[in-house]
Amino acid sequence: MQKGGFNFDLYQRNVELIEKNNYKVPKTTKTGTTIVGVVFSDGVVLGADTRATSGPIVADPNCEKIHRISDYIWCAGAGTAADTENTTGMISLQLELLSLSTGRSPRVRTALTLLKNFLFRYHGYISAALVLGGVDFTGPHLHMIHPHGSTSTLPYISMGSGSLAAMAVLETGYSSKMGEEDAKSLVHQAILSGILNDLGSGGNVDLCVIKHKSMEFFRNIDTTNSKRKFRKKLPYMFKSGSTKILEKEIEEKMRKMEIVNEKENAIEELEEL
Amino acid sequence: METYLGEKQQASQWSPYINNGGSCLAVAGDDFAVIASDTRMSLGYSIKTRYSTKYLKITEKCSIVSSGMQADIFTLHKVLKSRAQIYEQKHGKPMSTDAVAKLVSRLLYYRRFFPYYTFNIVAGIDDEGVGCVFSYDAIGTLERVKYSASGSGSSLIEPVLDNQVALKNRNDIKKEDFKLTKEYAIDLVKDAITSAGERDIYTGDFVEISVIDINGTHEEKFELRFD
Repeated sequence: MQKGGFNFDLYQRNVELIEKNNYKVPKTTKTGTTIVGVVFSDGVVLGADTRATSGPIVADPNCEKIHRISDYIWCAGAGTAADTENTTGMISLQLELLSLSTGRSPRVRTALTLLKNFLFRYHGYISAALVLGGVDFTGPHLHMIHPHGSTSTLPYISMGSGSLAAMAVLETGYSSKMGEEDAKSLVHQAILSGILNDLGSGGNVDLCVIKHKSMEFFRNIDTTNSKRKFRKKLPYMFKSGSTKILEKEIEEKMRKMEIVNEKENAIEELEEL
Repeated sequence: METYLGEKQQASQWSPYINNGGSCLAVAGDDFAVIASDTRMSLGYSIKTRYSTKYLKITEKCSIVSSGMQADIFTLHKVLKSRAQIYEQKHGKPMSTDAVAKLVSRLLYYRRFFPYYTFNIVAGIDDEGVGCVFSYDAIGTLERVKYSASGSGSSLIEPVLDNQVALKNRNDIKKEDFKLTKEYAIDLVKDAITSAGERDIYTGDFVEISVIDINGTHEEKFELRFD
């Protein structure tokens, strides 16, 4: 019995289906994405945009890309939306169980190892590119994880389709002596750069600041790019009957009332009220 | 080419065509026409420029918008502009909208075996003063319609126009009772292309909208989202 890892049994069948039977492979919702992480003196700042795309269409204009692994370990994800959500969800559960069984608060490098081993087993078929950041008792940590399972530990990271636009900003503005406000502002600018210059990224800016035993999540800290510029004054009106009524079924929501006590002139008394 | 596992790998061949994205639409009323296009030019996931015009005013009574490959749009518009000028100088009067429509169709079919990668819409006022919209495919099939949308956002815009202009799938209002006014059409066009900008990543930045009626052409520009 196969213990784990990817099962390639259906590979031949899939190839034949696509080639001979004209099977259309379903489109996965990718997050397009710009995600960023920066280490500063007291901790880590994570940033992400909020656009999820399905091909050239925006599937979700305001989704959440920064996922909770543990209270002070958070992870931003790019790639296939289902993959990033389920992978971070699973590792979050595993980390909680591990921290309960060891009796110790979870470490960022533990989450890193769990994530990289999981993704490596699937040889890149799970399309999750992650920026993992957090503060544990050994200090602040920031890592990048590629879908195939390789990792890097760096002071500043960007991933996703908007990573080049974001990295341009990070390379210009990063300094090892940054404080919290500088780091927040740098991450904000990097995500904005991705939102404006990359078509796979857009919407609002999400920020997450993690310090020792403290976490602040700024959901939609910047919404200037997601405002609709024009709206018709007259609303779209559809009177009842616009869509042809084929069947009508009316359900009675009120139970039938029983007359328990009849009073003379009761109706006149009610009208006076 | 076959790999050692026996699978066939498709060699990617060079293509002379690229799609620069963008959306166009036009709506015709009883005595006017509204035509609009966005101005974003994209390549892959990048924006090449936020302002690259897809609109050309051919005569005071007729304009064209095109979506597709910017290089072919530019060339087609250049050729069209010069042909319209030649006609006006030869005949002593500007081209009628029907003539422009036919000319575009012939120019496109001339390149039947190496087409212009353009999806065009011509709109204007015909000889009787009635608004008209002509829509084309890449090789010049001509059809006169009441409204049309083309480009990356066309599948988002066309259903809205079907419902609001042609009153399709609506039992609350009858065609005889509905009059498409200029203000309503302008608002609808602006709303439709703004909505396309919300959900289509290739539509955005700016919109060039122009209203054509018996008095001439009135051009306007407004902003869309930049993300």
